[in-house]
Amino acid sequence: MSALQMIVNGTAVDVDVPESRTLAQLLRYDLGLTGTKIGCEEAECGICTVLVDGVPVDSCIYPAFKAQGRSVTTIEGLAQGEELHPLQRSFIDHGAVQCGFCTPGLIMNAAALLNENPDPSDEAIKHALKDTFCRCTGYASVMQAIRSAARARRGEAPLPVNDPPVSEPMHAISRSVPPIEVVEKVTGQARYTDDYHFPDMLYARTLRSPHPHARILSIDTEQARALPGVRAVLTHADVPGENLHGLVYRDWPVLCGDVVRYVGDAVAVVAADSEEIAARALKLITVEYESLPVVADPKYAHSPEAPVLHPQHPTGNLLKHIKVRHGDIEQGFAEADVIVEREYRTPTTEHAFLEPECAIGVPAGYPDHEKLTIYVGSQIPYQDRNQIARAMGLAEEQVRVIGTLIGGGFGGKEDIAGQIHVALLATVTGLPVKMLYTRQESLIFHPKRHATIIRIKTGAKRDGRLTAVEAELYGDGGAYASLSDKVMTRATTHATGPYNVPHAKIDCYAMYTNNVPSGAFRGFGVTQSAFAVEQNMDLLAEELGIDPLELRLINAQKVGVTTATGQLLRESVGLIETIADVRRDMQHEQPEFRWAWREGRKAYAWGIACAYKNTGLGGGAPDRSEAEVEAFEDGTVEVRTAAADMGQGIAHVVAQCAAEELRLAYDHVRVLLCDTDLTPNGGPTTASRQTFMTGNAARLAAGALRDALTQSAAEMLDIAPEQIRYEEGLLRYNGDSLRVGQVVQWMKSHGLSARARYEYWAPPTQALGTGGDMHFAFSYATQAALVEVDLDTGEVHVHKVLSSTDIGRAINPLMLQGQIEGGIVMALGNCLTESFIIEDGVPWSRLLSRYKMPGIKTAPEIISRLVEARASEGPYGAKGVGEIPSINTSPAICNAIYNAVGVRVFSLPVDQDALLRAMRAGEHEVYAAWHDLR
Amino acid sequence: MKLWEHYHTPTTVDEALSLLAQYAGRARIIAGGTDLLVEMRAGEHEPHHALIDITRIAELTTIARDGEQITIGAGVTHTQIVHSALLQQRAACLVESCGVVGGPQVRNVATLGGNVAHALPAGDGTVSLVALGAEAEAVIGGERRWHPIQALYLGPGKSLLNPARDVLLRFRLAACGPREGTAFDRIMRPQGVALPILGCAVRVRLTADGTRFERAQLCIAPLGPTPERLLELEVFLVGKTADEVSLRSVIDLAQSSLHPRASKYRASAEYRREMIGVLLERTLTRAVERARAASVDPR
Ligand SMILES: Cc1cc2nc3c(=O)[nH]c(=O)nc-3n(C[C@H](O)[C@H](O)[C@H](O)COP(=O)(O)OP(=O)(O)OC[C@H]3O[C@@H](n4cnc5c(N)ncnc54)[C@H](O)[C@@H]3O)c2cc1C
Ligand code: FES
Ligand code: FES
Repeated sequence: MSALQMIVNGTAVDVDVPESRTLAQLLRYDLGLTGTKIGCEEAECGICTVLVDGVPVDSCIYPAFKAQGRSVTTIEGLAQGEELHPLQRSFIDHGAVQCGFCTPGLIMNAAALLNENPDPSDEAIKHALKDTFCRCTGYASVMQAIRSAARARRGEAPLPVNDPPVSEPMHAISRSVPPIEVVEKVTGQARYTDDYHFPDMLYARTLRSPHPHARILSIDTEQARALPGVRAVLTHADVPGENLHGLVYRDWPVLCGDVVRYVGDAVAVVAADSEEIAARALKLITVEYESLPVVADPKYAHSPEAPVLHPQHPTGNLLKHIKVRHGDIEQGFAEADVIVEREYRTPTTEHAFLEPECAIGVPAGYPDHEKLTIYVGSQIPYQDRNQIARAMGLAEEQVRVIGTLIGGGFGGKEDIAGQIHVALLATVTGLPVKMLYTRQESLIFHPKRHATIIRIKTGAKRDGRLTAVEAELYGDGGAYASLSDKVMTRATTHATGPYNVPHAKIDCYAMYTNNVPSGAFRGFGVTQSAFAVEQNMDLLAEELGIDPLELRLINAQKVGVTTATGQLLRESVGLIETIADVRRDMQHEQPEFRWAWREGRKAYAWGIACAYKNTGLGGGAPDRSEAEVEAFEDGTVEVRTAAADMGQGIAHVVAQCAAEELRLAYDHVRVLLCDTDLTPNGGPTTASRQTFMTGNAARLAAGALRDALTQSAAEMLDIAPEQIRYEEGLLRYNGDSLRVGQVVQWMKSHGLSARARYEYWAPPTQALGTGGDMHFAFSYATQAALVEVDLDTGEVHVHKVLSSTDIGRAINPLMLQGQIEGGIVMALGNCLTESFIIEDGVPWSRLLSRYKMPGIKTAPEIISRLVEARASEGPYGAKGVGEIPSINTSPAICNAIYNAVGVRVFSLPVDQDALLRAMRAGEHEVYAAWHDLR
Repeated sequence: MKLWEHYHTPTTVDEALSLLAQYAGRARIIAGGTDLLVEMRAGEHEPHHALIDITRIAELTTIARDGEQITIGAGVTHTQIVHSALLQQRAACLVESCGVVGGPQVRNVATLGGNVAHALPAGDGTVSLVALGAEAEAVIGGERRWHPIQALYLGPGKSLLNPARDVLLRFRLAACGPREGTAFDRIMRPQGVALPILGCAVRVRLTADGTRFERAQLCIAPLGPTPERLLELEVFLVGKTADEVSLRSVIDLAQSSLHPRASKYRASAEYRREMIGVLLERTLTRAVERARAASVDPR
């Protein structure tokens, strides 16, 4: 311990801390300034940025003692009392905050920029924020927020908010209200799991397998246990209940005892007085392994010589064979005048949510905790509870899961991470235990987007009408099932594209391998199949000599079409409108529309692609969500539901629904999410289902509360309920009015509760293969990408994306636009930058510096339009929005690359090296991606 | 994990050296830490008992001019270099190369000395220093003296400096004079590690009439385990007219005589060969323009 003096946010600080501290650790753990976030500890993500003597630095690799005598400013030091800094205000106003985990870093960097340059150009803003990442927003709103704040600081009028126009705005619905907890997020007060601290809390670490496939011969924990400060070392033998978890198939050991199946499989966990002791203890655990042959790719996994990874699985390494059969495939191709057939590959990709996984277990009996309680930022709190209880050998009611704020999820926080481990450790030690993953651990551990190999054959008549689609898909499910079954089913059922295809035969093989498990990731399999489908469409268009937009219009799904799974589309199919929007915007871009042109050594071109994506679980799975709404005497209302908000914004959606039904001011509605003891089950945050499902639950619960209030008010006033109308937070009757709070008071005094709960069941769906409605709604989208290819270097830049999305109704247009922009930029990463590389079962991408997601410099300008083809069952007509924007960007970009330089890319991510070599060699097809470069 | 136990911030070179001596191999020099700490976190080093931070040593953190010599302290940050009017005028390629290192948070702490001591052949600062013909002053094995910059490089990531014992102090280079121009550029890819596929810096001097190359200094990296000057090309250029034709012929010579290697997830040899042409064209064109603009002595 040594004395460290500095000024922090204007206040002199004098502390005695170990010299090994980084500035980030000092601020967060010694000074309690948890607004500064840690995302990677590699100087890569930039979200830990603070100012030292006014200059931005990455506090995660800045030794605390380097700051001796300096002045440090953190996000907590920006606001002047209650008065927000113009950047904080502007980030809120322009919708630049979703999960909020990156927000402190973005704002601190921008603050330093504005101090130096009060009137920065876009170029200057991008230069300053080049290495500060946001995985949610897509940066467009961030740019706008900074431009606007710069004006405000100069005393000029702030810029108008760019929210998209919508039809029929209502009282609170279709209004761009600010999201919940946004002030906390911009000021650094918002609390994510690692920001929680409990007295006497222990710190946990996990020992993970270094082998992709090995038998465990022995585990010796004696030395680790003997290390002073170590409180518990647990292995498979210490799991009291079932040593398995898994969302669909329970095949994933809580702690491996006999075999490890991927690099990252958990073998032991340690709890100790400090993170450092826990880390040292891991090194003292000896595990003897016997290497087993590695199944490194899904096609090999399917071969008879491959070792079987899960002997109990009835079909061996074939996790699931998924089939779509529609019409008569032979007849379909016989009717075709033109047939194209190609093979496409997509890589494993990583969510790279900026907040690494963290869970805290608090044992039953600890102050204020009656039962075993797990704090975690999870997408599925109730399923977590179920899985924890089973592993602990407890009844579900004996476990409480409290959802904390989530710093991004995108599907990557659906599986169990440290939840069960901290439950075990807390129970054994009798103390709270925190398990925070490092970025590097998060990278190797959690389920990813499936790598796929997709061979697809598409037939069409001379006039452009599609006759048949035949496809074979291989999905690399990795070591454990996770959501592979569902994800690959979605890839399969969407493999016709959003088109009217009379004959289809699609086979998908989801395989077990020794790679990192694959699971849910925004787009859920459809991102992969669309990459193939939409490029085949352009190949067909070229063969047929039909404009690519026209070809899509000819075949577009519309009301009356039956999908390949046998579903008759009866309503809410806005695809044609989205194509028309994009066509109009493309034509608007240039006086004389051209698909492609050259300027100097640069080739430019547009490319387009369409998409559709189901809303909700579908496929016959019972889908329900429950919400509760309570009114209080002060006139406020609280909505409660266990539906996770990972930044996508279900919190404001349910608040808007309640405000709408009760005609209340939005700021009179509070939201309590994700506490299995206090909030009813909203179901998983997956499959773009929450707006539809929990939006409906909240809407109907609020409606039921309104009815109860009306009933009571009628009794109270002795008038007929029909005489009461709700307006601006008041109940109006016969020229007079009553406040909601007054009615609540009356109800309370009469022993009535001003609370209503609603369990919403989605319209029933049918399992794949049984025909009928497999899903209750689909969203649609069209995108056009304007791409520049450097003819000298093969470098690809996306300048602009025009998008139009049919989401039924925009509950919150500004935040919805944020979903679309963020989804597009994430998909741009999928196309151009991202591949999680695994070499013979061993991850190469074990550092964030080896996994690049798009930064602000790569983010294109985005113009997005909304089509609101109402879904009659959706809340106010809304359907899913979370995933649809992440589906068609990659094929739109690749179609544009082809249009620009005549080379089509069949494997992602696009490699400038291979692209240039193909251009030089006059080849038209590239089958090599970046990771193929050796 | 605790990566170090003690952190020292000496204010003189002697103090730094004596700290290193005291720890007898268990301490290591740190400047910005943007390479060192990242590597330590990735488990590429055993934890060091102590870190000796050289960024508070005044003589290591200044940029100075002494007649035609410019000296740059090893602890000068990339941001300082980018903002230096002197370097913008007299060593533009260095400003360009330090300007592309990382983002602002990295450039605000990362140093030129760290870039050189880290000894990657394609470190951006390195490539420009080599083309500029810089020298480095260091205390190596207790002996303080000047070394040609290339002499510090023993192999990828292997420096002549032993950071548990030695200190790199500063660089010196001849300021660009009349008819001199420099330029730097690099080719990146948006995937994988932030190492350039290829970097290139050039320094040229034109004849008095501004039509021919009087001198040329070139560095393209990585072409081998250490950064090298491209002597064959330099000799070739001398006396050639500074025009499109010479440019084409030097590119032809470069592409036939240089043998870039392929590196996994970074570039194929063929792509690198193509990029040699692109970079030479871009940098030589710019350097010649600058040399012509500097026909009048800027002093
Ligand atoms: C996100 C990110 C992006 C980056 N981008 C680039 C890039 O685009 N181009 C590029 O070239 N580099 C890049 N780097 C690498 C790095 O920032 C540079 O190499 C930087 O110049 C290193 O300087 P430093 O002061 O941080 O070195 P440190 O990490 O402090 O030190 C590096 C090594 O040099 C030794 N050392 C440092 N100073 C001395 C000295 N005076 N005497 C003796 N030994 C010394 C240290 O012991 C250590 O071995 C990047 C790094 C990060 C984290
Ligand atoms: S850069 Fe510091 S946490 Fe990522
Ligand atoms: S809001 Fe930027 S990462 Fe979530």
